[in-house]
Amino acid sequence: MTMIRTLRSFHGATQVAVLLAVLLANWLVFPGFFAIRLQDGRLFGSLIDVLNRGSPVALLTLGMTLVIATGGIDLSVGAVMAIAGAVAATLTRDGQGLPVVLAVSLAAGLACGLWNGLLVAVLRIQPIVATLILMVAGRGIAQLITEGQIVTFVNPQLSALGSGEFLTVPMPVVIALGMLVLSLLLTRATALGMLIESVGINRVASAFAGINTGAVIVAVYVWCGLCSAVAGVIVAADIRGADANNAGLWLEMDAILAVVVGGTSLLGGRFGLAPAIVGAFIIQGMNTGILLSGFKPEFNLIVKATVIMIVLLVQSPAWRTFSLPSLPSLQRKHPGRTVP
Amino acid sequence: MDGPQEKPHLLEIRGLVKAFPGVLALDGINFTLRHGEVHALLGENGAGKSTLIKALTGVHPPDAGTFLLDGVAIAPRDVADAQRLQIGTVYQEVNLLPNLTVAQNLFLGREPTRFGLVQGAQMRQLSRVLLADYGLDIDVGLPLGQYSVAVQQVVAIARAVDLSAKVLILDEPTASLDLQEVAMLFTVMRGLKARGIGIIFVTHFLDQVFAISDRITVLRNGRLVGERVTATLSRRELVGMMLGHDLAAQQKQGPADAVAAKGPALISFRKVGKRRYLEPFDLEIRPGEVVGVAGLLGSGRTETAKLAFGITRADAGTILVEGKPVHLRSPRQAVRLGFGFCPEDRKVEGIVGALSVRENIILALQARRGWLNRLSRREQQAIADRFIKLLDIRTPDADRPIEVLSGGNQQKAILARWLATEPRFLILDEPTRGIDVGAHDEIIRLIKRLRSEGLALLTISSELEEIVSYSDRIVVLRDRHHVGALTGSDVSVERIMSTIAATGADAGARAPAAPDRPLASLTLP
Repeated sequence: MTMIRTLRSFHGATQVAVLLAVLLANWLVFPGFFAIRLQDGRLFGSLIDVLNRGSPVALLTLGMTLVIATGGIDLSVGAVMAIAGAVAATLTRDGQGLPVVLAVSLAAGLACGLWNGLLVAVLRIQPIVATLILMVAGRGIAQLITEGQIVTFVNPQLSALGSGEFLTVPMPVVIALGMLVLSLLLTRATALGMLIESVGINRVASAFAGINTGAVIVAVYVWCGLCSAVAGVIVAADIRGADANNAGLWLEMDAILAVVVGGTSLLGGRFGLAPAIVGAFIIQGMNTGILLSGFKPEFNLIVKATVIMIVLLVQSPAWRTFSLPSLPSLQRKHPGRTVP
Repeated sequence: MDGPQEKPHLLEIRGLVKAFPGVLALDGINFTLRHGEVHALLGENGAGKSTLIKALTGVHPPDAGTFLLDGVAIAPRDVADAQRLQIGTVYQEVNLLPNLTVAQNLFLGREPTRFGLVQGAQMRQLSRVLLADYGLDIDVGLPLGQYSVAVQQVVAIARAVDLSAKVLILDEPTASLDLQEVAMLFTVMRGLKARGIGIIFVTHFLDQVFAISDRITVLRNGRLVGERVTATLSRRELVGMMLGHDLAAQQKQGPADAVAAKGPALISFRKVGKRRYLEPFDLEIRPGEVVGVAGLLGSGRTETAKLAFGITRADAGTILVEGKPVHLRSPRQAVRLGFGFCPEDRKVEGIVGALSVRENIILALQARRGWLNRLSRREQQAIADRFIKLLDIRTPDADRPIEVLSGGNQQKAILARWLATEPRFLILDEPTRGIDVGAHDEIIRLIKRLRSEGLALLTISSELEEIVSYSDRIVVLRDRHHVGALTGSDVSVERIMSTIAATGADAGARAPAAPDRPLASLTLP
């Protein structure tokens, strides 16, 4: 038991160690990195920037982790961000109040998630193909909502969600942490987390044990849609407008990367929400660090790739057996029974 | 058994040995295929049929032994190499390309060309001529996938034979065919025989074996049981060879402690069946009763279990629980009705490998409670600990992933999963398969104990002594029919075997076919 526990804590510890290393590297290239100052009741500084800028991807990561845990993937999160942002901006421009704006844009996210979930769970379309549909079509839908324009608005209440603060902490960070707590409650205070893992590891055996596997799968896509919509509203609030072409563009890749860096296997199964969030901030830490260092942005991608390779290497089974020979062999035994 | 021969046999396998880690899959097998014969290769699950074919086609290189083709030693490296050596294989799942046309499939990799361009018209013409030999007149320009499995199989055979096969291996070719299609395939096989091609026919339909094969070789647990000439073998003898019982040594048995449960049935199946899956059957199970299900591989044993647990939806009949009709459309509904099911393929359908023993044990109970009504960690631990102790599941602790446990302990954990739901009706499909002797006895004792506690059990096993030792009644299946129900003193290995082998089964069992032998009757000359 202790060995398994060590292994699990080792998992989360890797991500935290890498995050610290990235932050440390940032400090080396930019000595003022850890400087934080309080101004007008809000914290400022590079470290705060990393958290603030990383929050949208962190939100996407929450939903993506659960989707990936079921053995699926959601490519449409960026497009759903664009849809939610477009809805929020257009309604605000048209004079709707904040409650209506939030309700409708989050409902749009839920509907997108439901669509994905039904395609995957009921029609049994491969997740990568099923969500590709909305990835492509979603951006078109967002453009239809904004009528091809960049819709801007003036609404201090909504803007506060993107650029305001709560107890000196930037609002996006607070919202991301709030959603993390909500996601943890939803999966770990109920049995949903275990059911998600069970479906991801062995859907057939799960169904035979009486689990409603379809409902579990729909649920994770719906949650992923909601998280994406929240991210989309935050981004729109921050820039006080909606750009259907660029909002959330390519962020699905960062979110998938964050989940993998967070130690959840793309094959599904065991998942960790907190390590995945740390993974999202690792990615943002690198983005910020390269900007601060004055390197050309082109280096960003190469440095990112290198760090991610290191994280994946450390987690790979081959590396683990190499570095931790005392771990029990988790290899499955194939008794060689053949079926004539 | 072989007469003196002036020329060598078509194919001879001598002393074939193949070991996998922990299992001796083939233990010194000899096999002889003559020119122009259909030679059936038979055996239950795990007998070694597949391994033998894979060794012969180079998929699994043998550890020892020789292959002689027309007296010349060969050593195929892979399937393509085997094909070059004139050994062609056609699998149950046709391994051609369904999106290409029939003609393209027939000439894949050897298309007739002129100046580097494929001559489509010529290829189609050649294809039509080729298939005409097999009595097949179809549009060869259509995608293969548009035709039935039987046609696809004939196309696969035509391709294999046209690639100059002398030896043709048909691996369960009839498993998904209907009667007419089987008849068509047999006609093709007879044509090939006449051309001197030797056919190795792997199947588990005994009627077909008697209808088409000249010789029969039976394997069991990786060993050669024997080779017989079909015409001199009775069905009873064949069943005995496959199941490993010497007919002369049959006596006694019946569960010594069997006290047939009385009272109304807990579960009644009335004419429950599914087309092309399992013929409708009637079955009643009372509390405190074990009903055994016996039959050869492919006879419909697992299909019975899957219909009874709602995994496969029946398209006919009604199911009553305590006299009231119920809907049974999913395992989830079955679990709510208080059913449980330990599947045959533990790894694929039973365990959730990376989850802990504790989580695997509480999984069905948690699923029934719903996701909101979570069992607390302490409750989970208590349930897991109770069953680990009760069933003596050997694991260092409940948090170990179930996949690292031995087969027997995994099986006990799956049983615990269902016992934790306090079921009324438990279906056990091959509960003792692939587990060590100690755990084997424990599971049998457990079955008896559950019966005495008033559970209704439906138990499937290919171990006849085992099933006889604990069953109050036994349902016998053959070719997807429930063909008999044995009760009381009829519950014996002997009676099971004679029921399986029924249908006028004495030497050369080719007497007029009984009505429940449709395959044979249709294909008899």
